[in-house]
Amino acid sequence: MATPPAPDAAATPDAPLLEVEDLVVEIPTRRGVLKPVDGVSFTIGRGEILGVVGESGAGKSITGAAIIGLLERPTRIGGGRVTLAGTRLDTMDENALRRVRGARVGTVFQDPSTSLNPLKTIGEQLAETALAHLDVSRREARERALRALVDVGIPAAAERLDAWPHEFSGGMRQRVVIALALIGEPELVIADEPTTALDVSVQAQILALLRRLCVERGVGVMLVTHDMGVIAETTDRVAVLYAGRVAEVGPTRDVLTGALHPYTRGLMGATPDASPERDSRDRLAQIPGAMPGLGAVPSGCAFHPRCPEAMSRCSAERPRAASREDTRVWCWLHPPEEGVSPDGRSTSLRGTRR
Amino acid sequence: MSTPDDAVLVEVERLSRRFDVSSAWLNRIVRREPRRILTAVDDVSLRVRQGETYALVGESGSGKSTIAKMIVGLLAPSEGTVRIGGADPTGARGAALTALRRRVQMIFQDPYASLNPRWRVLDIVGEPMRVFGLARERREVARRVGALLEQVGLSADDTAKFPHEFSGGQRQRIGIARALASEPELIVCDEPTSALDVSVQAQVLNLMRDLQGDLGLTYLFITHDLSVVRYMADTIGVLYLGRLVESAPRETLFTEPAHPYTRMLLDAAPRLDGFGRRHATDGGEVPDPIRPPTGCHYHPRCGYRVAGCDERYPPVRDIGLRTVRCFEAERVLAASRPDAGRANGADAHPPR
Repeated sequence: MATPPAPDAAATPDAPLLEVEDLVVEIPTRRGVLKPVDGVSFTIGRGEILGVVGESGAGKSITGAAIIGLLERPTRIGGGRVTLAGTRLDTMDENALRRVRGARVGTVFQDPSTSLNPLKTIGEQLAETALAHLDVSRREARERALRALVDVGIPAAAERLDAWPHEFSGGMRQRVVIALALIGEPELVIADEPTTALDVSVQAQILALLRRLCVERGVGVMLVTHDMGVIAETTDRVAVLYAGRVAEVGPTRDVLTGALHPYTRGLMGATPDASPERDSRDRLAQIPGAMPGLGAVPSGCAFHPRCPEAMSRCSAERPRAASREDTRVWCWLHPPEEGVSPDGRSTSLRGTRR
Repeated sequence: MSTPDDAVLVEVERLSRRFDVSSAWLNRIVRREPRRILTAVDDVSLRVRQGETYALVGESGSGKSTIAKMIVGLLAPSEGTVRIGGADPTGARGAALTALRRRVQMIFQDPYASLNPRWRVLDIVGEPMRVFGLARERREVARRVGALLEQVGLSADDTAKFPHEFSGGQRQRIGIARALASEPELIVCDEPTSALDVSVQAQVLNLMRDLQGDLGLTYLFITHDLSVVRYMADTIGVLYLGRLVESAPRETLFTEPAHPYTRMLLDAAPRLDGFGRRHATDGGEVPDPIRPPTGCHYHPRCGYRVAGCDERYPPVRDIGLRTVRCFEAERVLAASRPDAGRANGADAHPPR
């Protein structure tokens, strides 16, 4: 908010909050440049939760780190653009990025015990963050800290303000981390496996909390997870990542119940499900092989050696984006109409959802 | 060597294990601290039948791994007994102990930490054969290891490789091959797939089920993941703070849970078709196991609590095919039944 929109941005009111277009992340090594993220595109709207799902090595976390400029050298952004409400983030210098983080983008990481400073009380950490990002006095910052603790459902918040991180349970610590992420009144929250270290009963509470707060405040959320069940229950839209690329991105229900990409179908079939309505003794579907290493990404479509529906084109040519209804898919089973731009809506009526 | 029921392989009777987690004695005296005792396992009884998969589920601190360690004999119980086919793993000595160890093997969670990085696969998988005298000659060991590797979906040519040359899923297959090498009856699996990605997890779970069918293995499966339990288990025991609160056949437990904690746990597990589902969580967390709540440990979080729950731990009761430790099990059960008109467990915590 403090940063004026960059002149190159078309900041229309209904434009998405975050636009990631063809993002490439590079790691230069002696044996060539590795690309843990290679041409990733998606958008997140205000008040919308986008799930980013994939197995280890898919590039989920590094995409999140790239968006907020937290890549560690020599890893760098090698191409594409990241635009937050009209502001280019990928070209921003470190000082400007530091102001964006916390003020405009909040973050929640997997392990709540390492996200908090063990040498400061919860109240100090919250107030400090409010002071850094908002134009408030010390007294106001402390009041906001208290309100933030109440909002995330911490019982007896007034007394807990002066408590230390080690005095909190895992679930309560993650609530504090969410309070920290939201106290600067950000527009976007990047939550990287926020419940993976927590027990299931606490996971359900934390996800419900994240969802409620973000919808209430119109904050966009990028929720990185490996858990398809969490995706189904928490997100509005989902991007399925494989080997640093998007397989498909679209409304969660569409993608999970009518996946267009064979990898998404494989992932759904391989996931055991606790729903009482399902027959649990069916054999789990198997995707042969494993995710390729960064140095050995196959030619063409990265999934083709494991794909049950691979064609000759798949190993030769990298799939281009095609739109089917509200979903964008990168797979030669769904080729973009020739002569139409990859994101052209004109192909949408020919969608062949299974 | 006779067991009351021939089909029962593992019999756990009133098992308890306490750990002394006090500070050093001088610190205790200086700070006037009392001793701190953690009861990791508290009066647990269960039976695992030959050829079935018994799953122990619970959240962190429920005591599931401690029970596993006592069953394989890595840890001595504070009270109670474990019998495997009539033999006691903690009381056995010498030849009896060796014989028992051959019959019980374990698969571990982390396939990176559970294989010796300096050993070749041949030595890793071949060691149990040599230790138990199943194959002494080098050529015979190599032949058997090759056959085992093929059985778990690897190649017989992999015997000369080191663990680092394999992916996580392949390493877990090596761990399974090693567990099979002594031709055991019981395999204790402690979170065998929680370090693996879903597509690899599916491969390993399918393999474990196939092996069970082919070899007549009995599994004791330790996990926190209810969806894996639903896929793997025949019988499920639910642990909360060291106590077995409910145990039942799979479908009974999933469709008609009789303990409020089981009900909450089932509701909290994310579902693939749960679009926009709201959970009926109780808002609580597992309390400090050193100072657990009095009476039934779950009572502060429980929506079915009645007078007395905070004073006495409910006795074991058999209701239908299940055993449950809850005074109000009938009321929980009525709410769980499909004809009770529940909508996705929305009434899991009714107003009292």
